[in-house]
Amino acid sequence: MKKKFKMQDLDCANCAAKMEENIKKLDGVVDATVSFMTQKLTIEADDERFDEIMKEVVAVCKKVEPDCQILM
Amino acid sequence: MTQKQKKMRLRIIIAGILFLVLFALEHLGHLEEYEKSWWMPIIFLIPYSIVGYDIVWKAFRNIRHGQVFDENFLMMIATFGAFGVQEYSEAVAVMLFYQIGELFQNYAVGKSRQSITEMMDICPEYANIEENGELLQVDPDDVEVGMTIIIKPGEKIPLDGIVLEGESLLDTAALTGESVPRAVRAGEQVISGCVNGSGTLRVEVTKEFDDSTVAKILELVENASSKKAKVENFITRFAKYYTPVVTIGAVILAVLPPLFFGGTWIEWIQRACIFLVISCPCALVISVPLGFFGGIGAASKLGILVKGSNYLEAISKVNTIVFDKTGTLTKGEFKVSKVIPQEIQEEELMEFAALGESYSNHPIAISIKEACTKNLDLNRVEETQEIAGYGVCAHIDGKKFYLGNKKLMQDKKIAYKSYDDSMGTTIYVAREQDYLGAIVISDTIKEGAKTALGRMKKVGVKRCVMLTGDREEAAKTVAQKIGIDEVCAELLPADKVSNVERLLEEQKEGEKLAFVGDGINDAPVLTRADIGIAMGSMGSDAAIEAADIVLMDDNIEKIATIVLIARKTLTIVKQNIVFALSVKALVLILGAFGMANMWEAVFADVGVSVIAIINSMRALKF
Repeated sequence: MKKKFKMQDLDCANCAAKMEENIKKLDGVVDATVSFMTQKLTIEADDERFDEIMKEVVAVCKKVEPDCQILM
Repeated sequence: MTQKQKKMRLRIIIAGILFLVLFALEHLGHLEEYEKSWWMPIIFLIPYSIVGYDIVWKAFRNIRHGQVFDENFLMMIATFGAFGVQEYSEAVAVMLFYQIGELFQNYAVGKSRQSITEMMDICPEYANIEENGELLQVDPDDVEVGMTIIIKPGEKIPLDGIVLEGESLLDTAALTGESVPRAVRAGEQVISGCVNGSGTLRVEVTKEFDDSTVAKILELVENASSKKAKVENFITRFAKYYTPVVTIGAVILAVLPPLFFGGTWIEWIQRACIFLVISCPCALVISVPLGFFGGIGAASKLGILVKGSNYLEAISKVNTIVFDKTGTLTKGEFKVSKVIPQEIQEEELMEFAALGESYSNHPIAISIKEACTKNLDLNRVEETQEIAGYGVCAHIDGKKFYLGNKKLMQDKKIAYKSYDDSMGTTIYVAREQDYLGAIVISDTIKEGAKTALGRMKKVGVKRCVMLTGDREEAAKTVAQKIGIDEVCAELLPADKVSNVERLLEEQKEGEKLAFVGDGINDAPVLTRADIGIAMGSMGSDAAIEAADIVLMDDNIEKIATIVLIARKTLTIVKQNIVFALSVKALVLILGAFGMANMWEAVFADVGVSVIAIINSMRALKF
């Protein structure tokens, strides 16, 4: 399943790159992009575990930039 | 400015005033006598914490999360280091300058993001539907295929559909960059994203919102930034090593000279701090994608959709362009190109032909009818009969007319004059046994095809090749007229792929090949070429999907334009990389030898970022 989320307060380009890298490493994630320009996260991941994966994604993003929120 | 940015601005102003007061006092010598007193660092800590508390807080928080080498941490170490060596005003100034730079950078990125999204402001917010005689505004997502929507003057067309009622002029500029409005009336297709002119339209929806042109285009442009160019990937990889390397350099600089070469700790720690400030790769990480984003934005404003930064990078190096003939270089529609009357007037011949073909829907018949300027009185036609493979026999004004090919003329034993046209089909017309003349119908070359090719050559395209299934002669005639270098004619669809493959093999390293087609039967070729360019023909899904670059208004003159946009974008990106890296390298070297101070270091960090961002914005304008 491929889904797109808006991100709020994604303030640093380097952080976006770090998030993208870490999200891609998560189990079950096929592909992910964090676009600093459009402030959007596009993620393709396993259908069954999607919600679970999203929780991990949120945790990863919090770790890199705690102020940034993923709007779901 | 956002709320957050305003708050930051206020903090900077307050801290700035406090700092200026302290700075003035210090320089006028009022603070000299207190230099060693315990409260000196404390009064400098006041403006420092006003402007920089969040940096310190974030630094600690991120260390707890295991993110050590981020810019917050580096700024904290650098400024704490300055406090440690009793350079209080320098510590405050560096933090202040850094925050000003960050704010400016934040603002500039926000601005450019805004201008790009404004440019792509084609997304309709609502659709009008009629319920019990009243107009209701609903989300375009909720409208189903087959429903009727009403588009008032000045509104955006929310969904693709067919006009049921009404006439209007559509502004398609947002989609195609074309400023001449398009007239529509009942029975014609309209495409979402266009702006309705002065008339109210009732439209039957033919596609759901997710499949509509506007949704497809938006998705395309938004996803474009995820397909990264080589330069972008290089920068991301570079950034990953750059920070740790510079940080390790800073540690070595702080520790080794004092330990082994008898330098003073204070001096070398100061130099190390300069390293830390410069170690953030932000200028590169922001400005490179921003440049590409701007280039893609500028292109879409002109009706050229580029599906990724990588394609923009590729098209800048294009040297061979392969064209499909029909629909790309020619209009793909048949028109009367020549009328050769025999002993009657040209108009008369056309009138007879049009009357004779009046009941036929054959493309040739349609083009003859279109070319006839007179009003047709269909009562003059009594009986028409199609003779398959030959033509038509029609009774007009009580006389028998024959319209058809050579075979028909031979069959009826009419003395006709043979006329061969390399580009088209010839229709012979006879009244009873009298030969009246011939009409040549051929595909027409697109207006501007010649200029388009000329412009491509001008921007450095070396080789223009045309592929076609047509006869050799016809193909060569077209090629000559518009300036194609090579022709491959009489090809079957599969031959197109093998021909493109052959051409690809002949390319030298670093040269790119683009294929331009109308996208209908060319999907495999479009994917095989380095860059597939399709005619969007205002909403042909197959084309939009298979290609890397889509020309929304089918205008091949824009190929040269996109090459120029791509080159400009790449130049800007390269300028940024070279500029940022060289300033950083220079300040690093000067810093290591003690010839640069904190101020220059902060400039090399945020100052360079801001300049690179402003430079990137140029990509947006074309």
